[in-house]
Amino acid sequence: MTTEQIHDPQGALERLKPGPAAALPVPWEYAPSREATDHVPIRPRYELFVGGKFVAPRSGRYFPTINPATEETLAEVAEAGEADVDAAVTEARRAFDKTWRKVKPSERAKYIFRVARLIQEKSRALAVAETLNGGKPIKESRDIDVPLAAAHFFYYAGWADKLPYAFPTRKVEPLGVAGQIIPWNFPLLMAAWKIAPALAAGNTVVLKPAETTPITAMMLAEIFQEADFPPGVVNIITGAGETGSALVRHPQVDKIAFTGSTEVGKRIQRALAGTGKRLTLELGGKAANIVFEDAPLDQAVEGIVNGIYFNQGHVCCAGSRLFVQESIAEPLMRKLRARVETLRLGDPLDKNTDVGAINSRQQLEKIQELVDSGVAEGAEMFQSSCQLPSRGFWFAPTFFTGVAQSSRIAQEEIFGPVLSVLTFRTPEEALERANNTPYGLSAGVWTEKGSRILKIAQKLKAGVVWANTYNKFDPASPFGGYKESGFGREGGLHGLAPYVKLS
Amino acid sequence: MSEITSNQQPARPAPSPYRRDLSDALNALVPVDQVGVEERAASLAKRSLKKETKVQALRLAISMIDLTTLEGKDTPGKVLALCRKAILPDPLDASIPHVGAVCVYPNMVPVVSRALKGSGVKTAAVATAFPSGQSPLEVRIDEVRRTVAMGADEIDMVISRSAFLTGDYQRVFDEIAEVKDACGPAHLKVILETGELGSYDQVRKASMIAMYAGADFIKTSTGKIPVGATLPVTLVMFEAIRDFHHLTGVRIGMKPAGGISNAKLALAYLVLLYETLGADWMTPDLFRLGASSLLNDILMQLRKEATGAYQSPDYFTLD
Repeated sequence: MTTEQIHDPQGALERLKPGPAAALPVPWEYAPSREATDHVPIRPRYELFVGGKFVAPRSGRYFPTINPATEETLAEVAEAGEADVDAAVTEARRAFDKTWRKVKPSERAKYIFRVARLIQEKSRALAVAETLNGGKPIKESRDIDVPLAAAHFFYYAGWADKLPYAFPTRKVEPLGVAGQIIPWNFPLLMAAWKIAPALAAGNTVVLKPAETTPITAMMLAEIFQEADFPPGVVNIITGAGETGSALVRHPQVDKIAFTGSTEVGKRIQRALAGTGKRLTLELGGKAANIVFEDAPLDQAVEGIVNGIYFNQGHVCCAGSRLFVQESIAEPLMRKLRARVETLRLGDPLDKNTDVGAINSRQQLEKIQELVDSGVAEGAEMFQSSCQLPSRGFWFAPTFFTGVAQSSRIAQEEIFGPVLSVLTFRTPEEALERANNTPYGLSAGVWTEKGSRILKIAQKLKAGVVWANTYNKFDPASPFGGYKESGFGREGGLHGLAPYVKLS
Repeated sequence: MSEITSNQQPARPAPSPYRRDLSDALNALVPVDQVGVEERAASLAKRSLKKETKVQALRLAISMIDLTTLEGKDTPGKVLALCRKAILPDPLDASIPHVGAVCVYPNMVPVVSRALKGSGVKTAAVATAFPSGQSPLEVRIDEVRRTVAMGADEIDMVISRSAFLTGDYQRVFDEIAEVKDACGPAHLKVILETGELGSYDQVRKASMIAMYAGADFIKTSTGKIPVGATLPVTLVMFEAIRDFHHLTGVRIGMKPAGGISNAKLALAYLVLLYETLGADWMTPDLFRLGASSLLNDILMQLRKEATGAYQSPDYFTLD
């Protein structure tokens, strides 16, 4: 008897009925994996946060805020009129004079740290609310918006008692009341970018979130209340352009910080001329993402996708102009087409969604108008074949090839998931065309050659240049623009400067 | 166990549909960015598979397992027990598919190939002085021939990392090509031992060399060094396979191995596969998972999906 026979008596193995061959999953669909919403405390109505309390607007007006993925109303929100803006600024002024400027810097730091910790504690609810109100995929609000917002508070909390080291040999004083107006693309994160450095430097704040995305800002107001801030140090008032305009014009405001469109930025700058108010503007962009022939192609494709389809392209620093060296245009476009087809567009609350909803009908119409102009101007359009949901605002990931430098889609900010692809032959040509824009917020360079990265980065007129990556943010790194992308920096040591008076 | 004396030449392989030439392999190289590839792999690992998708994927994963035992202490008894598990992974649920292959050392091939006959499960064997490959080429070629003659359907060879790391790519290429010829009808999986290659660029280079030299599959690791398969390494190899397919029209298979010990990780590999190479590669003919303890964890997860509760490990056989 052989060993085999001992272990396989009477050929038992031969009688074993095998399991079936595998059923092949073609095509493979991911079952919905939806983040729960029942734990998110969205209130039916949000009042104004003024003087540490939630108060009804003197205007008596409310406006609905919706979920752009379903067009359902999430809540109604107070509309701050002129009198409400005045009340908020007055509270901020009083808090600055009576309490906040007397709080020891190390104590100020503790308050700000507390906010950072509370954001972390409430991160799940904040992420879901951000996705519900803004349409961005939950994986982005969960992994990027909310953690970065907390990181900004942590970072600037650390500076609060170290300002003399930030500006050596200078006397550092706060400005007073900062009026801050933020956009709808990163509602909580932009609030953090604005509020954290202002508080760390000892200012008080009146913040106005965008009218389409007020909910996380109001949740942040609840966090300031919970963190036991002295009343009036942070005031958050909701409303549309009128409210913002009243804030900009208010005589008791010492500084305006605005993030939004270049058009509105220019209006604000005109309004402030001669008033002595300080101003920083973070405006539009039309960033060049430049791919050289020696680039890591597969990772460049990821960077291109992340550059333009991240947050549906509602990103001021989006890599919306792709410059490709002609020698690799064919393989790169082939890989890009294939990759765009794998993007999963749909329910923003699904953890597997890559591309969510467009923030508003108005924005969707603007994107469509510019895309139509691209087609009319003769560029070749590629669009993902993904299905668009029947309700809500959606736009399929799109890119254009054969785009001329003179095309509107190569010149104007689309602020949507639409990429314009241009080709170049030499590094000089790439640089010249990359800089040939009224904007100058950000840029990307893809090459394996380190010396080329340094050379190109130095000559790009852009506030942020990413090398072999795109859309990377860190609170320690300053962010801001050249030319019509604005002035002033947010983040890092540079981000403190707009909020201090130096002598 | 019967003594193997057969040394007959296997049938000649079919002519290659592409030119087997090192320069083509080296021309197909593009740089790989470490940060980017690791980020992409990490983001795909966060996909969330639920309900029917999860069950479907777990069952598919079972059919892709190369159930492996590579021990000096392997005996026919041990190997036969493994074969039973391979053929019918869960006797309580006959709908669970059989695994892809049983992978053993050459001396166990006769036992395995006899046990698996007619089951649909393939007999795979490591050869070429596995795991180091540090023997004369003639010895390695002879080992391959004998292993195929003993009944192996698939040969898992190792590349000469020594030649690769000294830059002698021609030797690496020629050895793979010779092994491929020695395999005859048997499928050739080429193990790059990526944990010894030092960078993703090198992984990409070794992948291209192996594919142009005639590999049917490329495989990450032997499982005999501390660093086995990782998601980013697998992604780099998938991307090489995708480019090779574009250049030649030929679909090469992929086998990550070493350290894939739980169902969650196996699902991450399937997501990586699906979103890089697509549905065409979602078959045991083109994707395998080299593993030993993975099968039980998948069975445990499937039982959990069916009953709603995790069962004690005591309910799953250790083979």
